[in-house]
Amino acid sequence: MVASVTNLGRSGLYDWVVQRTSAVVLALYTLFLVGFLVASPDLQFAQWQGLFAQTWMKVFSMAALISICAHAWVGMWTISTDYLKNTGVRFLFQLVCVGFLFVYLVWGIDILWSV
Amino acid sequence: MLVSIYRYNPEKDSAPYMQDYDITVPGGKDVMVLDVLALVKEQDSSLAYRRSCREGVCGSDGMNINGKNALACITPLSEATNGKMDKLVLRPLPGMPVIRDLVIDMAMFYTQYERIKPFLLNNRPAPAIERLQTPEEREKLDGLYECILCACCSTACPSFWWNPDKFVGPSGLLQAYRFLADSRDTATAERLSDLSDPFSVFRCRGIMNCVNVCPKGLNPTRAIGHIRNMLLNQQV
Repeated sequence: MVASVTNLGRSGLYDWVVQRTSAVVLALYTLFLVGFLVASPDLQFAQWQGLFAQTWMKVFSMAALISICAHAWVGMWTISTDYLKNTGVRFLFQLVCVGFLFVYLVWGIDILWSV
Repeated sequence: MLVSIYRYNPEKDSAPYMQDYDITVPGGKDVMVLDVLALVKEQDSSLAYRRSCREGVCGSDGMNINGKNALACITPLSEATNGKMDKLVLRPLPGMPVIRDLVIDMAMFYTQYERIKPFLLNNRPAPAIERLQTPEEREKLDGLYECILCACCSTACPSFWWNPDKFVGPSGLLQAYRFLADSRDTATAERLSDLSDPFSVFRCRGIMNCVNVCPKGLNPTRAIGHIRNMLLNQQV
């Protein structure tokens, strides 16, 4: 057993499950958005806003936003533990990543709920 | 033919270098890479490499042959050179400390092997003669027990290059599954809990370099997948 305190879930299995399930959510969200854009060739602002004003779309977008933050955290943590051998540099990199993800999450919630 | 070999003697050299040899294979035959090394050794007795059984059983002569990890004794020259028989580049297995020339320090590899407890653990009373398996139970060990610990797979794995102290590596994980799959072993839960951290198993990114190089044709990536499934079954 190798101990680790800065990964998302303290467990490799947890991170792995999060990585896979978040990837499925992101894939579904991407397919939906691409499908919506393809199906709406003369898309106007009102229609775009109308889509995001619906509660189900807010929930779907929130799921995608949380998924991308979790997915990115697992991925960036893995990259940092592969390539950054200096503990100080690695910890700083992880702090910067998690800081950015937190800002994106709060900012994203603010945008989604203001529609 | 031109044979270019990685040379490094820490007692004499400040840095490793490649040394070229012009070797004539008698009769232009398709010999094994190990035979070519013997011809080089006749020219230059200072060259160091490991070899023992010379038939792909002991796993001593794992090395990087024209960019791919393999056993020198069972790799034909024609295969190593794509049939051209023109140039052979030999380097030690990548990512491990070099002791001298093609000889690497395998300590980290063996430490990871030791970590997975490569022996049967069974807390049930020993039977009078032996612990029996059905043919079906025994079949589950096929494709696992054949590993000869040559380290070709683990030293082809970037995850093992970056974290050789934390990631068990494809060879060790193949062996871990060999004991997880064994009906005579009763320590499955303990073995799995030792592997559920973010490094030991989950550092595998499934790029399958291990499958590509295994001289025995084994599939460590599939074994790692089985371990993940066992962990899922245990903890979900």
